Amino acid sequence: MTMHAPALRRLLLGAIAAFAVACMPAAPAAAQSQTVNVYNWNDYIDPEVLERFTRETGIAVRYDVFDSLETLEAKLLAGRSGYDIVVPTNEPSFSRLIAAGALQPLDRAKIPNWGNLDATLMQRLDASDQGNRHGVIYLWGTIGLGINAARIREVAPDAPLDSWDLLFKPEHASRIARCGIVMMDSQIDVLPTVLRYLGIDPNSTAEADLRRVEQTLMAIRPHIRTFSTGGAIELLATGQACLAFAYSGDAIQAADRAKEAGQGVEVRYVAPKEGAQLWFDVLAIPRDAPNRDNAHRLINFLLQPEVMAAITNEVHYPNAVPASKPGIDPDILADRNVYPAEEDFARFFTVRAVPQAAERARSRMWARFKAGR
Amino acid sequence: MRWRAPSSRALVLALPFLWLGLFFLAPFLIVAKIAVSEAALGIPPYAPVARWTDQGALALVLNLENFTLLIEDSFYLDAYLRSVRVAGISALICLLLGYPMAYAIARAPEARRNVLLLLVILPFWTSFLLRIMAWIGLLADNGVINNILLALGIVSEPVRLLYTDAALYLGIVYCYLPFMVLPLYANLVKLDPVLLEAASDLGARPWRAFLAVTLPLSLPGILAGTMLVFIPAVGEFVIPELLGGPDAQLIGRVLWTEFFTNRDWPMASALAVVLLLLLVLPIAWFQHLQGRATEGR
Repeated sequence: MTMHAPALRRLLLGAIAAFAVACMPAAPAAAQSQTVNVYNWNDYIDPEVLERFTRETGIAVRYDVFDSLETLEAKLLAGRSGYDIVVPTNEPSFSRLIAAGALQPLDRAKIPNWGNLDATLMQRLDASDQGNRHGVIYLWGTIGLGINAARIREVAPDAPLDSWDLLFKPEHASRIARCGIVMMDSQIDVLPTVLRYLGIDPNSTAEADLRRVEQTLMAIRPHIRTFSTGGAIELLATGQACLAFAYSGDAIQAADRAKEAGQGVEVRYVAPKEGAQLWFDVLAIPRDAPNRDNAHRLINFLLQPEVMAAITNEVHYPNAVPASKPGIDPDILADRNVYPAEEDFARFFTVRAVPQAAERARSRMWARFKAGR
Repeated sequence: MRWRAPSSRALVLALPFLWLGLFFLAPFLIVAKIAVSEAALGIPPYAPVARWTDQGALALVLNLENFTLLIEDSFYLDAYLRSVRVAGISALICLLLGYPMAYAIARAPEARRNVLLLLVILPFWTSFLLRIMAWIGLLADNGVINNILLALGIVSEPVRLLYTDAALYLGIVYCYLPFMVLPLYANLVKLDPVLLEAASDLGARPWRAFLAVTLPLSLPGILAGTMLVFIPAVGEFVIPELLGGPDAQLIGRVLWTEFFTNRDWPMASALAVVLLLLLVLPIAWFQHLQGRATEGR
């Protein structure tokens, strides 16, 4: 179709006018577009919550997901990621991103709901972020084992279900391999756990300690069916695996999905008795976030008790807003795997980021382990 | 042939060079620059190669440690060799499957050729990722294939299909087969049947006519198809990640680990530079062969 000259001119004039408007100094309120760009873990929110935020504030949420901290860190370290809110795990990502200058301090004046946060939990986060300046706890949990007890009983009746021995002792792993073992493809989560299992400081970077970890892992390497991070939920829920190194909430979500599917698969989460890594996922704002005001508004919105209750009900991870408890499904609240009792905390441990040279040695070892060579 | 003004000819030549300069050479130089810098904590996560000293002099700091590590640590060489082997075997399987396909299409009645070609291209209408995911659904322990085998009583427990080398080759061959068929077809369809008739008249049996006439004349097509399959397959990341077993540590995955897990952009860049150099050599060789094959006509 050819456009008649007057029509074309009108269009051009219109475009010029629009351009001029766009270039005029805008009122401060309109200086930021009415969107907020969120980069969160997959399967990690109640979508209804975001719709409510948009209804109440008029701010559209652009929601994007990652399935590993590596992806998140790479995007933030490349700069100009365009995200306004990111959800790194306290160690090693959150503390490292702070050190790299990739996050901006939060403006507490814009987050009145800060007072809703559990002071004890925030105190634990202080080790990663002195003074709690760069982030608030979104959800937290532990790293342990997702197990299908019935299947494991079939193939290894005498294996202890509450111990890391289940996975790290070849005599058990070799038998359980028949119903499928999934290893989490995440050296930053697995290595400290193995160190702890061996009775070594989980933050150790000593070569000899790393060698012992490698020996332990290599001994069970032939029995691992696959390495997966996000996929463990699916594999456990469908019965394709009966033992998975997994985040607490993932294993609990797998249990839920298995129940929904009604195929007779029963999954549960175990934080083994030798110790489980405690972690916090943190709401933080990148240094170059384009919509920092909106980011603060969303963080404040999320910290409301009823909002947090809805999220916990959906994803089965505990939150750090104690006032949300009345809104949480009693079954979830009563589950010690989700909300550990006070005495459980004694066997939980947290980790620190290790120097890059140690990181390289660790990932080299991890690659050898994955390759089985 | 008529003589053309050098200016217009230069212009025509300048375009592809400009394109290559902008989208190949410039990115390559950036990657090469990162490869000789040092990893650091910050945005971006590496130290600048050129910096001003206190005396106002420009200092170039080239860090070649990554390249020495590449040579010293057998892990990387293993990954390279493994990648080349997987890509080579995949290209060979593609050739063995693709040649008869291309030949049959080229010999089909003209009216049917377009339909057949369309069928070769048809899978491209679905997202590549989706097609790989579909293979997961087929090959999984509780996938379609195992369910059928179990239902028929052929096996008593699921056969391991997914996360094996076989699945890896299957995925690569499945995805890259059209890249083999299309150039082969383009070549074979031009083959003059008169040549085969002549061979037959001179007493050659069909098989001998194929070996003496068709095969040598289709060499450029074979080389083009092999390159189109081999080169992307060497650096393939998605298929080994989704279908291959954990021991399929191909160079694409190793590069990913360096970049993401170690946040060591310089090391990842060094791997990429070496991969490119390793690929350029066989390509140059192929080009050379192809040039000779064309001349030989």
